[in-house]
Amino acid sequence: MKPKGFDYLKATSVGEATEALARGGEDVRLIAGGMSLVPMLNFRLVEPSILIDISKIADRKYIREERGMVEIGSATRQCELENWDEVSEKLPLLAEALPVLGHYQTRARGTVCGSLVHADPSSELPLCLATLGGEVVLSSSKGSRTLKASDFQTGMLSVAKRADEMVTAVRYPVAERGVGYAFKEMSQRHGDYAIVALAAVASENKIKLGVGGVADKPTVREWENLDDNALDEALNTFAWELGGYDDIHASARYRRELVRRLGKKTIEEARKCRS
Amino acid sequence: MPQLSKDARHPVSCTLNGKEVSGYAEPRMLLSDFLTHEIGITSCHVGCEHGVCGACTVLVDGNITRACLTFAVQIDGCQIDTSECLANADGELSDLQKAFKKHHGLQCGYCTPGILMSLTAYLKENQDPSEQELREILSGHLCRCTGYVGMVRAVLDYCKNKTT
Ligand code: FES
Ligand code: FES
Repeated sequence: MKPKGFDYLKATSVGEATEALARGGEDVRLIAGGMSLVPMLNFRLVEPSILIDISKIADRKYIREERGMVEIGSATRQCELENWDEVSEKLPLLAEALPVLGHYQTRARGTVCGSLVHADPSSELPLCLATLGGEVVLSSSKGSRTLKASDFQTGMLSVAKRADEMVTAVRYPVAERGVGYAFKEMSQRHGDYAIVALAAVASENKIKLGVGGVADKPTVREWENLDDNALDEALNTFAWELGGYDDIHASARYRRELVRRLGKKTIEEARKCRS
Repeated sequence: MPQLSKDARHPVSCTLNGKEVSGYAEPRMLLSDFLTHEIGITSCHVGCEHGVCGACTVLVDGNITRACLTFAVQIDGCQIDTSECLANADGELSDLQKAFKKHHGLQCGYCTPGILMSLTAYLKENQDPSEQELREILSGHLCRCTGYVGMVRAVLDYCKNKTT
């Protein structure tokens, strides 16, 4: 339960971190909050030769609104977003998802961007990003690029980040007027990873539902407004298409049932929240 | 800052419970091991060593931190608080500790230092928590003895006496 040896570098700027990444090759890992990475290091599931600490890069600690998006820097902790004055107004979906993301204790240290890079299939922040259609900013010593959420997460615990890149920020679209947002999940205990997590967005004539914990990455469907029966039908088809799996936490059948029932509740809730 | 080599032990200093302390750590040394084996305090308990149980919880610059998910080299220059800081100099327990004692908030006590540190940070943010809120905070810790009932009573009692 102790990690294998690694060199350690505390980066003070993005430039310093990306230069070290360019030098270090495939074997380098970035650490921000460490809430997902350090357990993997302790179990020796990952054995980097160099660990670059990006948690102290002062100019990456911010939350700001720009061109209809809320941009969150890579050193920003989850609790900082949760406690942001404007979170319920600007990011109502995240305001509902953050309190069930891990525990109070892990949110105090875990970062928003770190959770996205870890890309657990049932994790809340990637699901919200996929459902809202946000984007991720990546930087390397050669420059920066921006990827849409759907292009960023490629599968279970895998993202389209190259070995020489770091995620420097994430952008979540600001909530629109007249649109309702709702988030629900089922987990065995408070703070556990969700068995199934659901995020819904309801506008005047469209509904969008994102599902985490069933496929290997968050999956989103959009429908024109459906009446009750048509919605049940659509959810049933969606549940089967997701291709859930059996594991020690739940059966594939139970996961499908959650998509159908909790999915519907989440959509109904989002409709109610339309302002 | 230079890159710290994996094969060497590097000096790490911090302010622990108000006192300057220092020791040496390889980059891979966990903060929990550093506090226990290098510095020699006894309150940083390790239950799971992968961030699940919360027994190792300490405060780093006032923020709740799982010491088993933090490396000693990361806290160089930081302020660390552990449950040793709670009682006063002649060993009199703090009010929160007394409430735990009174309400049987502990049995074996293995989980207790971590829980006390979580609560210390949380109660600064929220002086009047509801039972539900407290249970949510406690859900970040595992206790194999008490069933948490005594802890909840202890904190509620402590908060009530504090505000009246
Ligand atoms: S020992 Fe650190 S959380 Fe269990
Ligand atoms: S008192 Fe024994 S584990 Fe909590």
